[in-house]
Order: sequence, then C-alpha cells, then structure tokens
Amino acid sequence: MSTLAPPQLKPSTTTPELDAIRAKFPAGSVLPQEGLDQPVWIVSKDVLFDVARELKENPQTQFDMMLDLCGVDFPDREERFEAVYHLYSLQRGARLRLKVPMREDDVVLPSMVRLWKGLDWFEREAYDMFGFGFEGHPNLRRILTHEAFQGHPLRKDYDAAKRWILTEDKIYKPKFDLPESSDEMFERMTINIGPSHPAMHGTFRLMAVLDGETIVASDVEIGYLHRCFEKMSETHTWQHVIPYTDRLNYCSAFINNVGYCKTVEKMLKVEVPPKAVWARMILSEFSRIMDHCVCNGTTLVDAGGLTSFWYLFQPREEIYGLLESVCGARLTVSACRIGGLIQDLPPDFETRCRRLVAMIPQYVTDVETLVNKNRIWIDRSVGVAAISGEDAVNWGWTGPCLRASGVGYDVRRAHPYDLYDTLDFEVPVLYGGDVYDRFRIRMLEIRESLKMIKQLLDRGMPSGPWIVDDPHVALPPKEACYNQMESMIYHFKLIMDGIVVPEGEIYNMVEGANGELGFYTISDGTGKPYRNHCRAPCFPIFSTFPDLINGGSLSDAIVSLGGLNIVAGELER
Amino acid sequence: MSQPMAETIPTSGGPASPGRPLLRSPYPSEPKPYKPGFAERLYLPLFSGLMVTLRHFLQNLFKPGRMYTIQYPEERRNYSHRFRGHHILTTRPDGSVRCVACFLCAQNCPAECIHIEAGEHPDVNIEKYPTVYEIDMLRCIFCGFCVDACPEEAIIMSNNYDMAYFTREQSIVGKSDLMKPFTFDENRLGYRPSFPEEDVQRSKMRRDAFNLVDAARQAQEREAAKAAHSS
Repeated sequence: MSTLAPPQLKPSTTTPELDAIRAKFPAGSVLPQEGLDQPVWIVSKDVLFDVARELKENPQTQFDMMLDLCGVDFPDREERFEAVYHLYSLQRGARLRLKVPMREDDVVLPSMVRLWKGLDWFEREAYDMFGFGFEGHPNLRRILTHEAFQGHPLRKDYDAAKRWILTEDKIYKPKFDLPESSDEMFERMTINIGPSHPAMHGTFRLMAVLDGETIVASDVEIGYLHRCFEKMSETHTWQHVIPYTDRLNYCSAFINNVGYCKTVEKMLKVEVPPKAVWARMILSEFSRIMDHCVCNGTTLVDAGGLTSFWYLFQPREEIYGLLESVCGARLTVSACRIGGLIQDLPPDFETRCRRLVAMIPQYVTDVETLVNKNRIWIDRSVGVAAISGEDAVNWGWTGPCLRASGVGYDVRRAHPYDLYDTLDFEVPVLYGGDVYDRFRIRMLEIRESLKMIKQLLDRGMPSGPWIVDDPHVALPPKEACYNQMESMIYHFKLIMDGIVVPEGEIYNMVEGANGELGFYTISDGTGKPYRNHCRAPCFPIFSTFPDLINGGSLSDAIVSLGGLNIVAGELER
Repeated sequence: MSQPMAETIPTSGGPASPGRPLLRSPYPSEPKPYKPGFAERLYLPLFSGLMVTLRHFLQNLFKPGRMYTIQYPEERRNYSHRFRGHHILTTRPDGSVRCVACFLCAQNCPAECIHIEAGEHPDVNIEKYPTVYEIDMLRCIFCGFCVDACPEEAIIMSNNYDMAYFTREQSIVGKSDLMKPFTFDENRLGYRPSFPEEDVQRSKMRRDAFNLVDAARQAQEREAAKAAHSS
C-alpha cells in the first residue's frame, strides 16, 4: 500500500521571457514564487496595471487571454487578501498566475477591463464576493448576490447563516444612456425577459431597450441560481464537493466530476488506475456529445425547429442510460471519486458503448441534413451575434464558441491530460463566429468525440481496479472493511476526517463542454478545501452577451443565447 | 453546395511541442460568415430534409418499438441495479434493524439529511441501535455516499424513484418506512456496495443486502406465524 508522497518542490518554473519582463520593474515589486504548478508572480498593487499591460503587449510573452480572476482571504496574514489572476498565452501555450496581496484597509486595485474586456464580470465578482474595489471599472456593482446583500460572502469572517431580504425598491433598474430617437412616431420600449422566461434557458434576466424590433441597448442580470458553491466547498470535505460539482454544468455533469477529481488527485500526487482513466475519458466524451446535443437541439427550438430537438434527444437518452448503468443516476451522476470511479464498470459497458457509437452518427447526419443547408435556418443564424476571433480572445472565450470564431484552442490538444495525447483526433475550427458556425462546430465535435471513443474502445478495457488502492485517499474495499481491523479504521478515519490534502495550491483545467473548465484550489492541510474556485467557461462568454445582441433584432437575441450554450448552474455557481 | 470544409489544426496525435506556436496568428479580426450556395438560396435542400422526417415517420409508424417515448406511469423505464433511489434499512435475520448507529452515514452525507438518535441495544454484543433514523427525502440528493460509508451494509438503496409527498413533514421518512422496502423483488434493488466477483466467491461474507429476497420471505413467514398465533 502506498502512502501519500511528501510534497515535492518542483524545479524552477520561470522562463527567460518572464525574467526579462520582471527585470523591467523595480526590484521587489514583482517576485516569482517557486515550487508551484505553474509560474507564479507576486505583484505589488502599484505596478499591477503596467505589469499586466507589458505581459499582454510584449511579443515575447503575449499573454492575450485573461482566464480568471478570483480572490482569496487569509485572515491571519498581515496582507489579508490576495487577488489571483490567471493569464494564458494562446500563441505560446504558456500560463502565468499573478497574485496581488492587499492589506485589509486598502483593497482597491486598478481595473484592467481596458486590457481584457472579459475581466468586466470577473472584477464585479471579486467585488461582490470579497469587497475588492476596482478603480476605473465602468460598472462596479454586485453580480452574484442581490442589491440588498450586506457583506462579502467569501470572506472567511462572513457568517453564512445570515439572510438578506431583497425588497422591491432595491431591485436593480438599469439606466441606459441613449441618444434621443430620431423617429418621433415611435416610442422606445424597455422590455424585461426572464428570469423565468422559457426563452432564457434558465434563470437569466435580460433587459432590452427596443426601437421597433431592434435592440438598441441591453443589460443582463444574473445570480438567480447562485448556490454558494465556493463557500460550501470550504465547509465540506474534499469528497463531499463531488456532488456539488455535478450541479455546475448539469448537462455534462461527468466532466465537472473529472475536472474536480483530477485537481485534487494532482495535489495528492495520486496515480489513477488505467481502467478509471479509460472509463473517465469515454464517459467524458459521451457527456460532451450529450451537452452538444442539448445545446444544438434547444438552439433550433428557439429558432422554431422542434424536429431536430427530438432527434438529438434520442442519443442523449441512451447516454443517460449508459451513465445510469455505471453509477446509478442519470443527471447528477457523482460518478467519480478522488482516485478513481464510484464502482467497477458494469459487465456490459463495452457493448453498450459500441452500440452508442454505432447509433449516434445517424442522428447527427439526420439533423445536419435537416438544417445545415436549410435556408430558413441559414437566414436565422448566419451572421447573427457574430464575433471575431480577436474579440473572442479578448473577452476570454474558450471552447466551441471560440473555435467557431477561428481560434483553435482546445485544452485536450494544447495541454493534453489523461490519454488525449495518444489519440488521433482533430480540433475543428470555423471562421464565421456566428450562431450558424457555433452550431456546426458542435456537430463536428460530436463526430470527433465519437472517433476518440472508438479508438479507446478498440484498445480494450484495461484490467485492474477502478479506484486507487490507497487507504488515505479511497475507501477500502467493502470486504476488507468488514473483515479487517486496519481497513475498518481507515474507513472510519477517511469518512470522519476526510482526505488530507497536502498544503499547496493548484490550477488544473479540463476541456469542458463549454470550454476550459478550471479549478483553482488551495489546501491548508486540513480535511477541507481552504478555497475552491471554479473557472466556469460560461462566465466570460455570457458577459459578452449584451454586446453581441445590441443592434440585432429581438428574435436574434433569443437564438444567439441558445448558440452560446449558457448553463446557469455553471455561470452562477 | 459550397459548404466549406472545416479547417482543422493539423495533428499527428501528439501533443503540441512547447516551442511550436499552437495557433495561427493573428486571430481573425473579422468573422467570415458562411455563404450559402445557389441551391440553398432556392430552398432546394429542404427536400432532403423532408426525406429525413418522412423516413423517421415511417419507421416510427411501423416499428413503434424504436421510439423512446414511454407511457409513464403505465410503462416504466428499466433502470440498472445501481439506481440510486429510495433508501432501505436492511434487517437482521430476526427482523430487527441492522444499523448500529455509528453515525458514519450522517457524517458522510453532503446534504446533511440523515438524523439518527442512538439507543442501547438489549443484546450486549450489538451495543447500539438507532431509536430514531430519519431521512429528509426533500434534502437528500441521492448521491449514495451513505451506502458507501456504511460499515455494516445496513443502508442500501432501492430502485424506487416514486416519491411524492403532500407536506414537508411527510417527506421526513422514519425507520419503519425505511425498513419496509416497497417490494422484495430483487429487481427493485438499487445502489449497493460493490463486490468484485472473485471476492464474493473467496469468502463467505455477510451479504444480506444481496439476499433481501430471503430476508423478506423469512419476514413474511414470521408475520404469518404471528398472525396464526394471535388468531
């Protein structure tokens, strides 16, 4: 039986390019932190904006994408708060984490929305959750909680039992600064769609100023499905977070499970048995297919095409059956455990997978025949909510929506995990950047996923256990638990205290159905996560939504929302 | 018919080497929308779409078995033997509850929906048993962590997913309801601890959860005997 490996310091993670930039700033204002999973800089607040601009614009580094911003609270430190930025360079495939320590009495940072538009909502979230200020932010107000909310919930001293009541007079009413309408015959109308409108696919509220059929200004309000995922993680053991991750992107819950479990496994330095890796990949790809089916099906429903929705839901139904036979639940699967899978795979797993692989292409072809060259759909979708690759990168888009704009970033290709580097697959890229291409790229990705599943099935199921044989991480087998004293003690220890994850922090990402799904996790060596932040791919994508629909017609706004595949569970966490 | 092929990033199955640029630079600054061909502008491909719907219509008409819709609740979907449904508290051969009130399931419940009160068992070898064992079915998320946690195989799950209550109080299900499975048909059992087949053969371990049918038969016999005795 292996025991936990002691935490090892990795070799230096800095690169010459980074050192060259660091040398441009006063000594002591930018300090590298060694021994972490990726290059980390501790940046002083005063030079943050200049450092970030240099990192973005210097051709040697080209950090063109701001993936994530989150806060961390360390009440015992003198510099109590830390703002953590995750930068990514698409050209070089390099990552950098900037940490900005702040004292409690001075938590105002420069806003970097001018550099990366995608930071708009991230900064609002940091303001909402931690009370950080952002100087120069155009619209700094609460985002996930409501207007009557007092305090900042992710601070460690916030009492989670408090309740705040939102009264009608405090509800946010957007003020649109618009020029007078030139047409005196018509009056502009502000309409409110949602939060529980069927066209909004969840609980979003869209407020749009209409001039006839055209949207001249709009604003969105989110947070109706905020469930405090990150706060809850801090009060539950590492294993108990798994059911919470199911509810992030509930259309492909399995990928969230994998993403979270892989993050913790990386911190624990646990090797997952080959059988579990193999099954995780197959089920992840099936989940991706399912998610794309739902997204494309409902997009077409929004455009008035119900038939394709029924066709695409048939493979989804079968995939749910497969997942249910593995873990006992269809939607919120909780099928992964830290170190492996929930149970051994059922005996008919391979047969069922092969049947699905043989069955799904027909449905995909049928739907493509129905709509791909159908002028009714083309008229509704080509050029609607179009965004260029440049803008999409600046907004922090990832996943199929980014690849539909001509930027072929896929975590499975750029930073392969599990067995993806041994598979033969392609990353489809289209250049339209509109609803039509987002639809098509998902169809192409379904085929690529099937190709991957087929290759994995042809390799055959690896033999061996389905979960790591390490009593500090995984529950011992039931038989051992019943019959051996030692295993019984491990069983009790693991459930009462939880897995003890060594101190440290990590950002780990998988390719979710919507894009890069990252978990930034900090452990303080107790049985619970100190901080668990989820980088939801929907979040930056949806922050673009008002910009995408302004100038288009109202019906286009509905279709474009479907094409972006916004899942409220993931967006609002 | 000028659908452009999707451009793909050339790959040979290997990871991108760190030095090689991953993506084409600069990124497209303008979206290039799809241009429909002549036939598409004439709505001609609609007819191939109509053939698809016609095919599906005829197939469903003559082979209703391939349709996915079922007439619930008359028809029910077959779920596997791992389905995580309503819980069952298993019993000992004498019909008493198997649970020893160790609180592991309550501890391992992410939703905190299990409430247990322990009492002293008359049999000194058993020590404790739950005087109260309640599960709030509206809080429960059916993750199966309680089954994983149980060191006694005292709680397992059934295949039953029909749970509807008129009040919130009814949704808190007590010991008597949990000990009374809905049917003793083995097909209605759900998520249980998993045993590799070789382990099962190697040792004669307690497998009461798998022998619920026998347990049920014994319980019925006891009931019948009791009824005969009292009459």
